[in-house]
Amino acid sequence: MTSFGTSVIPMSMPGGKNTSGVSHHVLSVLVENKAGVLARVAQLFSRRGYNIYSLAVAPTDDENFSRLTVVVDLESATLEQITKQLHKLINVIKITEINPLEAVQQELLLAIVSTDAQSRSQILELADIFGAKVLDVGLERLTLALADSPEKLDDFTELIKGFGIVEIQRTGRVALAKLSRSGSRSGITKGKAS
Amino acid sequence: MRLTGAQALIKSLEMQGTEVVFGLPGGAILPVYDPLIDSPIRHILVRHEQGAGHMAEGYAQATNRPGVAIVTSGPAATNIVTPLANAYMDSVPIVVITGQVATTSIGTDAFQEADTTGITMSITKHNWLVKDASEIPRIIAEAFHVATTGRPGPVLVDLPKDVSNQMMDWYWPTSIDLPGYRPTIKGHPRSVAAAAKMIKQARRPILYVGGGVIRSKATEALGALVAKTNIPVVTTLMARGAFPDDHPLCLGMPGMHGNYTAITSMQKSDLLITLGARFDDRVTGKVSGFAPEAKIIHVDIDPAELGKVRKADIPIVGDVRLVIEDLIEALDKGEAGEQVQEDLSAWIAQIREWQDKFPLRYEKDPTDGTLKPQFVVETLSSLAPPGTILASGVGQHQMWGSQYWRFNDPNTWINSGGLGTMGFAIPGAIGAKVGRPDKMVWAVDGDGCFQMTAQELVTAASERIPVKIALLNNAYLGMVRQWQEMFYDERYSEVYLSPDLPDYVKWAEAMGCVALRVESPEEVAPAIEKANEINDRPVVVEFRTDSREKVFPMVASGATNDQVDLGPLFGGDL
Repeated sequence: MTSFGTSVIPMSMPGGKNTSGVSHHVLSVLVENKAGVLARVAQLFSRRGYNIYSLAVAPTDDENFSRLTVVVDLESATLEQITKQLHKLINVIKITEINPLEAVQQELLLAIVSTDAQSRSQILELADIFGAKVLDVGLERLTLALADSPEKLDDFTELIKGFGIVEIQRTGRVALAKLSRSGSRSGITKGKAS
Repeated sequence: MRLTGAQALIKSLEMQGTEVVFGLPGGAILPVYDPLIDSPIRHILVRHEQGAGHMAEGYAQATNRPGVAIVTSGPAATNIVTPLANAYMDSVPIVVITGQVATTSIGTDAFQEADTTGITMSITKHNWLVKDASEIPRIIAEAFHVATTGRPGPVLVDLPKDVSNQMMDWYWPTSIDLPGYRPTIKGHPRSVAAAAKMIKQARRPILYVGGGVIRSKATEALGALVAKTNIPVVTTLMARGAFPDDHPLCLGMPGMHGNYTAITSMQKSDLLITLGARFDDRVTGKVSGFAPEAKIIHVDIDPAELGKVRKADIPIVGDVRLVIEDLIEALDKGEAGEQVQEDLSAWIAQIREWQDKFPLRYEKDPTDGTLKPQFVVETLSSLAPPGTILASGVGQHQMWGSQYWRFNDPNTWINSGGLGTMGFAIPGAIGAKVGRPDKMVWAVDGDGCFQMTAQELVTAASERIPVKIALLNNAYLGMVRQWQEMFYDERYSEVYLSPDLPDYVKWAEAMGCVALRVESPEEVAPAIEKANEINDRPVVVEFRTDSREKVFPMVASGATNDQVDLGPLFGGDL
């Protein structure tokens, strides 16, 4: 689920498609915080032939629950099916499909970049522009951290590639619906069923 | 009250009203078998754990109550994987308890350790690994609740040996707390009203009835709906008996080996009222060509079935029985109530014409005197007392069973539909007989299937469970042979089994059964009559049937349901 080197992560518009013909959908899944729940979700995706593009899991403010943010590659016709299948898992409490246009999304990137005396300042300048932090400094390397939208991470990755990326890691993305300014609700919350 | 985990388990099963468990003891489950001695629960000792699982399924299918199986860890747990997968496909409520190595040994590759919850995750509705004895009553209550509500299905509780031995304070939960599990029972009134209106407007409606109608005990409601609307009914393989074959509007089984009228009436229909059925590929044939002119009303308790294969014009999530009852009321109310139902007489006349022209047919008096398997099933059915339960394995004999037996009651057809598990018949029949000792239970079996699970006849003999097995011995893996004949240029690859190796009569006798062999048509009825009179031990009647016989009609794999091959007696394709 981490992506190395190549930063080609085409961000699809809602309902739109990237070049490979699949759409990205963000599902925010509230589950019971119990042993094996992640395995159940992961196995369901694999068993039904769906591909998880990225995944982030952490407990919520209520320790009885965890939230999974799953980015899935699929045709929109099958999104309904996977949502329904997920609902059938006893430990799944609630599923919210997050419309990327109506959500704030963040992902964390850690990158080790090779530097020399010449490139160091250029890299630091780039980091400054993007708001990336320097986490670690070596003689010929820098470790940078950037938390931002997936698109910004893509751009940043593209730019630092020229300097030589030694290693790069990205977390799965997490997302929350944008705060309402007009009274319209964002995201679709579906009811729970068997 | 202080109990061990094992005692708590047995007491929890008693609290759930469990009368019988099917099982086989072993190391990790040993603690559970001790308090079982003092329990009123009957234990049936199987000869292979797969048998325990299928017996639990047969019991559940015959009684509509959950079947329970108890086996040990490791190989026992993996042996019961097939019944779990089978029950998952056919929505059969069973509760399987497996022993597990002690919690301190989990993950160490201990003796007879298997990752049972991991292995069975995708073939159970839910499973639990018990970590502490205090959880046992709660988990058992949850397990039965999950197995029997919503869309029924198998559940598994994995019980480590040290947890079985651990002391706990007994309690029984007063409520179930599963925040992520709240099945929708009642159909949405607006959808039900819309469905009622659509039914009134349909000119060529068909009630497409699936196994869900039996699971939700909706057969009476279905009868009332048919009485009110006069709409013909097809009953899928899982729904045989959900609507009586003797009813003039019952068209029988659709699908790959369905009869011409059932297949074609769906294909030409303008409205399929789908009740607890799931558009299985064996019913639809090529999906893109299935019932092209039909609108779809789809009622199912599992929302994931709606739109999975065929988009529904009116999807209704709910318990089929409740939705049918609401639908009957809705037909007289609101907009639907103001409408007069379309006249169906032309449609029914068309259906009668198909029935007259293209009935199920086989060679009744073959000149060579061979025994036709269809004749055996037909005779069995005609000589069986009303309400007799028929279990079946998987293959040609299963299709002939479904085609030629007259099903008039729900829960009288015990078979493996979705998974197609060979060997299901014998343990399935035993489980059914245990659940319904008042009923005669026959199994129709093939020689291939018989050899997979015959050992359970020892169980039946020793436990005095008088099931009757009609073994259609055609010396082949018949269905595979049929496909090789039809689609692989008669190149028969590994399908020959021999008519007399093993000697089925000797084998059955060795297992404590009465055994009869029938080789000609004249012997069929007397042998069945004799078998029907035996009520103190299992009976095996071996019928040496014509190995060339094929199942017709047939819609070839990948073809649409417009291409029904009626077989040689009709001169081939239509």
